[in-house]
Amino acid sequence: MNDELRYLSTRVTKGLMSRRDFIGRAAALGVTAAMANAMIASQVRADGPKKGGTLRMAAQGGSTTDSLDPALATNTVALQAARFWGEPLVELDDDGGITGKVAESFEGSDDATTWRFKLRQGIAFSNGQDVTAEDVVETLDRHAGEDTKSGALGLLRDIQDVRADGDTVEIILKSPNADLPYLMTDYHLMIQPGGGKDDPTAAIGTGPYIMKDVDMGVRFVAEKNPNYWGDLGNAETIEMLVLNDNTARVAALQSGQVDLIDRVPPRTAGLVARAPNITVHQTSGPGHYVFIMHCNTAPFDNNDLRLALKHAINRQEMVDKILFGYGSVGNDTPINASYPFYTEFEQREFDPEKAKFHFDKAGVDGPVLLRTSENSFPGAVDASALFQQSCQAAGIPLEIKREPNDGYWSEVWNVQPFCTSYWGGRPTQDQMFSTAYQSSADWNDTRFFNEQFDQLLVAARAELDQAKRTQMYADMGTLLRDEGGLICPMFNDFIEASSDRVAGFIEGVKGFSLMHNYAPMRMWVV
Amino acid sequence: MMQLLIQRLALGLLLLILVSILIFAGTMILPGDVAQQILGQSATPEALANLRAELGLNEPPLTRYFDWLGGILTGDLGTALTSGRSISEDIGRRLSNTLFLAFWAAVIAVPLAIFLGLLAVRYKDRWPDKLISAVTLTTISIPEFMIGYVLIYWISIQLGWFPSVAIINDGMSVWQKLDAIAVPVIVLTLVVLAHMMRMTRAAILNVMQSAYIETAELKGLGMLKIIRKHAFPNAIAPIVNVVMLNLAYLVVGVVVVEVVFAYPGMGQYLVDHVSKRDVPVVQACGLIFAAVYIGLNLIADLVSILTNPRLRHPK
Repeated sequence: MNDELRYLSTRVTKGLMSRRDFIGRAAALGVTAAMANAMIASQVRADGPKKGGTLRMAAQGGSTTDSLDPALATNTVALQAARFWGEPLVELDDDGGITGKVAESFEGSDDATTWRFKLRQGIAFSNGQDVTAEDVVETLDRHAGEDTKSGALGLLRDIQDVRADGDTVEIILKSPNADLPYLMTDYHLMIQPGGGKDDPTAAIGTGPYIMKDVDMGVRFVAEKNPNYWGDLGNAETIEMLVLNDNTARVAALQSGQVDLIDRVPPRTAGLVARAPNITVHQTSGPGHYVFIMHCNTAPFDNNDLRLALKHAINRQEMVDKILFGYGSVGNDTPINASYPFYTEFEQREFDPEKAKFHFDKAGVDGPVLLRTSENSFPGAVDASALFQQSCQAAGIPLEIKREPNDGYWSEVWNVQPFCTSYWGGRPTQDQMFSTAYQSSADWNDTRFFNEQFDQLLVAARAELDQAKRTQMYADMGTLLRDEGGLICPMFNDFIEASSDRVAGFIEGVKGFSLMHNYAPMRMWVV
Repeated sequence: MMQLLIQRLALGLLLLILVSILIFAGTMILPGDVAQQILGQSATPEALANLRAELGLNEPPLTRYFDWLGGILTGDLGTALTSGRSISEDIGRRLSNTLFLAFWAAVIAVPLAIFLGLLAVRYKDRWPDKLISAVTLTTISIPEFMIGYVLIYWISIQLGWFPSVAIINDGMSVWQKLDAIAVPVIVLTLVVLAHMMRMTRAAILNVMQSAYIETAELKGLGMLKIIRKHAFPNAIAPIVNVVMLNLAYLVVGVVVVEVVFAYPGMGQYLVDHVSKRDVPVVQACGLIFAAVYIGLNLIADLVSILTNPRLRHPK
């Protein structure tokens, strides 16, 4: 960077010069506004985090019906709120690895059936109580118990026993699992005093903030936990508004009422980014939009029909027109580069010839019925229409039935043989596959029953050799891609935006949206 | 007159009971079930079964209806299935927010509509009349969320006068609250203005055809004085009726405006619970909305009776 520009950008961050003036001067030196903004941002970052102030954010997905009980968290707002006050045993790091939270370190036995988590010394819950191994045992017990409603129940099914041993928690599994630490990062599994059995909604944990004011579906206020053990949490106060309406959320950012928002609609992200004081952040993640066929239901039990439809979809067009470029093409497996043991396959392309060949071979007569609804993923109805057109090019008659949003997840998805849907993804292949593609999976929404796949899944779970494991996942990916019921045209990026009142957004953090929901704690008020 | 009053009240109560039956039946036939909606797409069968048993969804509907009705009569609306919180408490807060917004919208809209109506009559068929009609009919024709977005763009983003998010909380002073709700109040005013204004205009014009107005004119009274002293009192009944309808709308019909401005009122509360199949809350909200509607219409009836000597002193 040119010396003069560097000098000017420090003046801006010190408040001696306005951003508008800076952009003007930068333009005179032949620098575009976008680059000038990036310069200021990097200068702000170089100055380092500032403590104090109120960070105001707005998020989508909250509802008045939410609960502070982490076991019942189902949407991003509930998850975000849980991150303020609570912490799991371990957490994903920026690159998708594992880092300690309540547990300082962990180790698995050689056969990956026994895992020991050593707790961090001298940390306390926000009510002053010390964290003990019993609290962890009770927490896991509450989520795995007989009468639990916890969203984490499915993850904990393979646990045989959890034991407290001094400051260590020992987890014994029914079958080997090399990914157990990943399961412990689940956001439902916030460690609570006594496991939260007495008062699951107390919002008491070891997190960097303490909930001050909670109005479900409306507003959350969290204040810095003065006794937090780590260095998370720059703002003194975080105020999170629930703004479910896209336009309202973007307007709140534009009018300066909030500093950070999630889920900028792809359609308007380009316009939002044009404002000089707003930066749009694009992060690729494991989330994907899908068309799913039941492999055991006629006519989709015919693999030729499945292949025909897989060849008849124009993936790039979907990314361009449905995601407006904020995403990447899929390859008919639920896995992309955001997973740890990813292997790239040859990309399946839109090929009307091949599609026609397989369709004729399948010998299906009459149109293929696809069900969709506006809430199955943003733009699902439009995507279905695009699919219909590309099918037409291959001579496949596709009929679209639009279903009501209301009741879609109970009446259509996982019930009807061909419909649109979405997946948020999981941190590891093992979780994604055992959630939705294993024969016995709870949500085997493609009715994929493949013995070889199941065997590979179990074998890979116990395999500690990374290279062998990568190869197994590659083989499973090939099976899914060529025989499965999943048509995955696109992976959607997370699109978030922040104003220049805050700084510190780190691009490319793995996990959920908003830097795995740590953005409000890691960013700071300028 | 007493008899008439009692009759009206009894009719209102009967209507409420009928509505309660309808609401109860209506919520039973919604597709999907509560447990599935609460736990979302990622619910396991075990978790679903556990939740269903806990929520008492296996009881027969008739039992649930009478339990519910009994609870309401004793002032207990029950607890929300989804969050386990007291419905009476939550609704109390939400309803007061809704009434706060409706009150300020009404305080501005009602006098303004009546004033504009009178003005339109005074200058009937001349440019002020045409201008008032054109503007108010335009604002009523545009969907309210559209007006909301346009005003957010101009007032909040371009001019920066008032905030675009109308979230209010107990920690705010009255002035801060008024500042927060300024834009939604303007939107609601624009939405309800036309109906009341047109009705005022029509009702007074109707009266103006009467012989006694001609007499007043022949006696040499000024136009405004005739309207104020002779025409308006006789046009009150239809005007009050339409005002009450609009007040009812301000309380029960502003879901869309609430969503656009993220206002924590009854509408958003109801919608959230409908989508989660939280039947007790939906039923309670439905009943309260029905009560507001019936109550305001009852008031309109009573005002018509009180302002009409023929009804006040029946032969």
